[in-house]
Amino acid sequence: MKIRNSPGVLPGFGLTMGFTLTYLGLIVLIPLAALILKSVTLTWAQFVQEVTSPRVLASYRLTFGASLVGAIINSIFGAVVAWVLVRYEFPGRKLVDAMVDLPFALPTAVAGITLTAIYAPNGWIGKCLQPLGISVAYTPLGVVVALTFIGLPFVVRTLQPVLESLDLETEKAAVSLGANRWYTVTRVILPTLVPAWITGFSLAFARGVGEYGSVVFIAGNMPMKTEITPLLIITKLEQYDYAGATSIGVVMLAISFTLLLTINWLQSRTGLHRIH
Amino acid sequence: MSIEVRGLTKHYNGFKAVHNVSAKLETGSLTALLGPSGSGKSTLLRMIAGLEVPDSGEIHLTGREATYASAKERNVGFVFQHYALFKHMTVFENIAFGLRVRKQKEDEVRNRVFELLDLIQLTGYEKRYPSQLSGGQRQRVAVARALAPRPEVLLLDEPFGALDAKVREELREWILRLHEETNMTTLFVTHDQQEAMEVASRILIMNHGEIEQDGTPIEIFDEPATHFIAQFVGETNYIDTEISEKGLAVWGPFRFSVNPGLPVNQKIRIYFRPNDVYVTAQFETLQVRAKIAKTRFRGTVIEYKLDIGEDKTISAQVPKGVALASGFKEGQEVYAAITAFHVFPIQP
Amino acid sequence: MTQETLIVSVKGDRKTDPARALTETRWVRWILITVALLFIALFLLVPLAEVFTSALNKGFSYYFGAIREPDALSAVKLTLIAAFFSVWFNSAFGIVSAWAITKFSFPGKNLLITLIDLPFTVSPVVSGLVYVLLFGLQGLLGPWLQAHNLHIIFALPGIVLATIFVTFPFISRELIPLMQEQGSEEEEAAMVLGANGWQIFWRVTLPNIQWGLLYGVILCNARAMGEFGAVSVVSGHIRGLTNTLPLHVEILYNDYDFTAAFAVASLLTFLAVLTLIAKTLVGLKYEKERQVLPPRFESELP
Repeated sequence: MKIRNSPGVLPGFGLTMGFTLTYLGLIVLIPLAALILKSVTLTWAQFVQEVTSPRVLASYRLTFGASLVGAIINSIFGAVVAWVLVRYEFPGRKLVDAMVDLPFALPTAVAGITLTAIYAPNGWIGKCLQPLGISVAYTPLGVVVALTFIGLPFVVRTLQPVLESLDLETEKAAVSLGANRWYTVTRVILPTLVPAWITGFSLAFARGVGEYGSVVFIAGNMPMKTEITPLLIITKLEQYDYAGATSIGVVMLAISFTLLLTINWLQSRTGLHRIH
Repeated sequence: MSIEVRGLTKHYNGFKAVHNVSAKLETGSLTALLGPSGSGKSTLLRMIAGLEVPDSGEIHLTGREATYASAKERNVGFVFQHYALFKHMTVFENIAFGLRVRKQKEDEVRNRVFELLDLIQLTGYEKRYPSQLSGGQRQRVAVARALAPRPEVLLLDEPFGALDAKVREELREWILRLHEETNMTTLFVTHDQQEAMEVASRILIMNHGEIEQDGTPIEIFDEPATHFIAQFVGETNYIDTEISEKGLAVWGPFRFSVNPGLPVNQKIRIYFRPNDVYVTAQFETLQVRAKIAKTRFRGTVIEYKLDIGEDKTISAQVPKGVALASGFKEGQEVYAAITAFHVFPIQP
Repeated sequence: MTQETLIVSVKGDRKTDPARALTETRWVRWILITVALLFIALFLLVPLAEVFTSALNKGFSYYFGAIREPDALSAVKLTLIAAFFSVWFNSAFGIVSAWAITKFSFPGKNLLITLIDLPFTVSPVVSGLVYVLLFGLQGLLGPWLQAHNLHIIFALPGIVLATIFVTFPFISRELIPLMQEQGSEEEEAAMVLGANGWQIFWRVTLPNIQWGLLYGVILCNARAMGEFGAVSVVSGHIRGLTNTLPLHVEILYNDYDFTAAFAVASLLTFLAVLTLIAKTLVGLKYEKERQVLPPRFESELP
């Protein structure tokens, strides 16, 4: 009985809808349209050449590869963190819970210089890894570290509410049917987490693909090796190569839009409250 | 204030929520809008209040057309199913809301609120928040809030729906008393026929977006106008058969005299209530043999499932005293007659 | 009620269902907690500690010198201006769009919500790029702006616009689900009681969404003050003129003045910690606001 086909009887439809569309148009849609408009001034061949040059392809590999690895690391450890925060009592639990959001709150540039300082060969952790022959800063591994940091809250924050809402009765039922703990966890609990898990993974991945601030400091930015795609856009802009910047920008925009639609679809399936 | 709706229609994406509904409620009447969920009764009520816009038709309040008037111009009081109390306001502020938005003077507001608090027997609760009240108390605050601006008509959407049985009972009594005192035109929506019969002097029954019957509780119960009402109101049995000769239908051993206007071979469904089945241990007159298949204790009556042959069971209800005196048992052979019934033709 | 039933059933089950079957053995729990804490410490605590030790490694006077330097102060000012505009504009947009979306039904609602979310997934660099392509010298409106001597790119308006863009959905995406969950019944009740649109909004809706709004404002503010990528593209890095705090950090870092860079970074880190505290406190109130008044079953009339 809540479905309506006239907009409704509360006041303000015209006013609020008008303002919403105007503001959305001015801030988001017109600027994005400018990108598309600029890109259609290029020929198709030019566009393809710009977005498939070896240097750009190398940057895709790094950006997507590192985002993928970061999202996988977060899926594993984020799940452990979420589980521990929801299911166990230990001193400092509330503090840890609040700290999980630090990557949302900490400006990316600060994260970038800080991670670089820690993982540089003379940094706290870099120093320990150096003798083992592992260098993190200025290598693709550094990009992974930065993207892991930046994506850390996503999996935790999508899994947490689902874990909290899990019905203990189901677990009791499993136990009363003779299941042991391992069986209960792997066959009863984990399957119900899968949709939220994938959503958290996608959010972390999407954030990683577009990330700039935390990566540029630690990556070293060597063409073909440690140069991420967003940085390439900036480099091209600084060289007044607007065609190149625009072309790569269109590819990035298309990817963001696809990821957004996927995430929205996943979230509408899981009915989760969206998080940041 | 009287309420009149003419040909009121509201469809949602092809679903007929309310279809061509006309009715007139006189000033001072207390009417129930009864129907199963999804029958359109809430939509009709919300259209009268101005909370939904009808697709077509007219609404007249005290003779003046108000079909597209905004809710605030209609001067109706509306009580929501889940109360919709302002949860960040105290009881006092909730009740005062309709007065404050009309910019009434502070002392008038206070007087009116305390008068209403007295009416709903919640004097002393004015500083509480809705979350600190019980369900029944919240409901009464909702009624007081609706009454505060002195509306000419009170509309209630499932007013007792979310309450437990005992509180419902008390609130029904209270609404009746309130109506006697204020004599305000009142229309309430319910899916509970017991509630509609006890409280209202008139009942409109809705089904699939249309009003199927409009009458007093006795009329609705004793003279159901349609198949749906015969099944929906009260408990009932039915058997399907056809007219065998002018004015007569036969089903097994039962013979029913029916409206002679129905043509021979017309398929019909005969409805009769369990308490209209007359059961005796000995044959008296015009009865048929039956076997008690099951006994169920129902408080003031005892219900028997009677096997009347041809794989058909009907239920009969006998006052407890009579039943105990007769000593009926499961498996016993008895005699049964149907003393009152209603016949509806089945459209092929 | 629920708690009671739970206790009763746990007691009843004790024989057949030992409590340990519902949790892991002690050593599994211990390992999981350790893994979680190590992960958090490695990725969150160590960086926090690094910021402050690096900021102070040349002593307090150097620290205060770095953050009181005129360029740093003008960066603080610019950051505050950008955050101020984006919080106000996006709050207004958040409230208005949530009203339009949750109080009415209209075709294309899901598309509208998706478009509002779009800036959230767009790379900050692309967000900056689109403004350069629109307002920059080579951009669509560039020649016109040039002719009228208006400066957007490499100037304050560009920084403000880019900041508004990246924080665009923050408040509406809090308010839309919140107002959806709360429904429109209270607003409808107010309307039947004779309230007009403004009265409904100020007296009924706003008090019901205040904590959600504040929560969104905190997130929007944190992101606005910390935004780097988008602002970096449109600012031109003019010291003392178009430098926000994060850009100032970058410049100091690239000048190898690490201690000063971390000193300024520590200001932003303070902000982040404050944000987390405020978010946690407001979050508690917000959680309550999202709960619908529970039904009550008590048979008493006073």
